[in-house]
Amino acid sequence: MEPVVRVENLAARFGGRTIFEHVSFEVRPGEVFIILGGSGSGKSTLLKHVIGLYEPAEGRIEVLGEDIDTLRGEARQALLRRIGVMWQSGALFGSLTLAENIEVPLEQHTALPAEARALVAQAKLGLVGLADAALRLPAEISGGMAKRAGIARAMALDPPILFLDEPSAGLDPITSAGLDALIRQLARELGTTFVVVTHELQSILAIGDRCIMLDKDAKGMIAEGDPRRLREESENPVVRAFFRREVLA
Amino acid sequence: MRWEALREAGPGMSMAGQDARLEARPEGEGLRLVFHGRLEAGAAARLWPEATRRAARARPLILDLAGLTALDTAGAVLLLHLEHLAGEARWAGMPPGPLQAVLDRTRQALAAPPPEPPLPLPWLGLIGQATIERGQGMLAQVAFLGEALVAGLGTIRRPWRLRLSEMLRHLDEAGLRAFGLTLLLGFLIGLILAFQSSIPMRQFGAEVYIPNLVGISLLRELGPLMAAVVLAGRTGSAYAAELGTMVVNEEVDALRIMGIDPVAWLVLPRLLAAMLVMPVLALLMDLAGLLGMAAVMATLGFPPAGVIAQLQSWVQLKDLLGGLFKAAVFGLAIGLVGCRAGLGAGRGPRAVGDAATAAVVGGIVSIVLLDGIFAVLFFRLGL
Ligand SMILES: Nc1ncnc2c1ncn2[C@@H]1O[C@H](COP(=O)(O)OP(=O)(O)OP(=O)(O)O)[C@@H](O)[C@H]1O
Ligand SMILES: [Mg+2]
Repeated sequence: MEPVVRVENLAARFGGRTIFEHVSFEVRPGEVFIILGGSGSGKSTLLKHVIGLYEPAEGRIEVLGEDIDTLRGEARQALLRRIGVMWQSGALFGSLTLAENIEVPLEQHTALPAEARALVAQAKLGLVGLADAALRLPAEISGGMAKRAGIARAMALDPPILFLDEPSAGLDPITSAGLDALIRQLARELGTTFVVVTHELQSILAIGDRCIMLDKDAKGMIAEGDPRRLREESENPVVRAFFRREVLA
Repeated sequence: MRWEALREAGPGMSMAGQDARLEARPEGEGLRLVFHGRLEAGAAARLWPEATRRAARARPLILDLAGLTALDTAGAVLLLHLEHLAGEARWAGMPPGPLQAVLDRTRQALAAPPPEPPLPLPWLGLIGQATIERGQGMLAQVAFLGEALVAGLGTIRRPWRLRLSEMLRHLDEAGLRAFGLTLLLGFLIGLILAFQSSIPMRQFGAEVYIPNLVGISLLRELGPLMAAVVLAGRTGSAYAAELGTMVVNEEVDALRIMGIDPVAWLVLPRLLAAMLVMPVLALLMDLAGLLGMAAVMATLGFPPAGVIAQLQSWVQLKDLLGGLFKAAVFGLAIGLVGCRAGLGAGRGPRAVGDAATAAVVGGIVSIVLLDGIFAVLFFRLGL
């Protein structure tokens, strides 16, 4: 099967400072793909490259078979409507209610009437357990609720591929387990592909099919594969320390 | 836990009596520094000058810790600094256990070298860099004008895409809520202008002409200019802060990924609002200013009817319209500068403050520049 995301020899630099280089991987349809790494290792940066916000300093990125960096106009719009992004900070629009936030992508990409949009928004909020907060503004909800609303908005158009930046950071274990269950369920039932940035060990082992690990000092990838096997078999001290929650010597 | 244990490591807890003491003994070619007691932050600070002075000249240096009963990070930093100063130091009598652990942990924490500051540019380089940055800033501003224009044209083709509710909100905030301030400022400026000019004019018995002077300068210059200053201070900065916050919160990225052009979504309603609101503000400024002038004239014994007649005989419609046109262009410039400062904001909370400052400064500079251009243009066109 064609990979959903293909990254070849990607390098990211900011003003001459290399964040990472020689990063290559593929994400297969329907899998939950995890990007691991310590704080500041470039996970969010990698994600922003993959979704076409940053231009690669080197290398190539394909999403759903298209080169996201050179795509313009209608073709780009068509691609964008098939991806959903949940941001590390939530990034909800502060002047709109939660329901209106979810309606924004619906308004942009569909011709649904207002009534239908409202219903879709309500359904998505219900899915993440926020049905009763639909009319509240982002400033009036808690951090964990903002995360969940961000996921609901990312799913507004039922995209075949969802990018989540630290979905469970800052959530309590029960909510976070619920979120993991939701991700697995969507992956299984709808064949949705997930690319998830996270460092929650339990989450990784519960939902991840495959993962890559970035490292700040190596300025690149230090591991790739099934997280459960990496935990048992990896020889790399950083990878081992990460999976066993050990302190690096 | 560990720190508690350290405290108890020392026998007899009288703090003052246990405070560290430094003893220096010459030994062969070099020097032995013997530490006694509790080497903690207070003691480290006290011993620092003496210890560093001695260590700097000692070859070799021996750091004798046998008498230490307690050590904290500050103390460890002092010891490691001495080692560094001497270039070469031998350790003696280090008690094993928690004290050693503190020293090791601190040494490890200091092992990573601090980042090197970038090399300072020579002054010629600084001038060059500033020039390039300014130039790039101006180019970016022009490019942004282009982007806004493209977005505007796109909206003309699909007018339902314009977010009307958003524009109304901005019209309200930039316009209606500025009315009070505008009226007050206008009235005072008319008053002051008329009063100040009445002093020299009276010497020539020319007070009748005060309305000509004040009327022309208000309608052509001061009305639009002062309205623009109000807009830059109230609205330009607000645009920058609002958009800057959205950038910092990744909201602008989120828009892009939804396929929504942030310029069309965020900038256009603001630009249009600023442009529409400015002629109204300038007109209010003009009227309030004329009122202020009339008040001064009344105290000088000229009734309002006379003032109006004088104005009618001198001021022309084109003076007013020219001023209002200028005002609209000022509004556009302030909106552009403000929005661009916001969208160009960097990362972190300071970015928002910087953006707001840039919006006000840039807005006022651009108004004055534009006003100069208009002065030449209107003169050439005979307006
Ligand atoms: N726009 C930018 N300009 C300059 N440097 C940046 C930019 N974005 C990220 N960086 C730098 O890139 C590095 C990686 O940042 P990134 O946000 O990708 O880390 P992360 O792995 O997501 O960390 P965390 O787990 O804390 O979210 C950091 O050193 C950061 O300072
Ligand atoms: Mg991140």
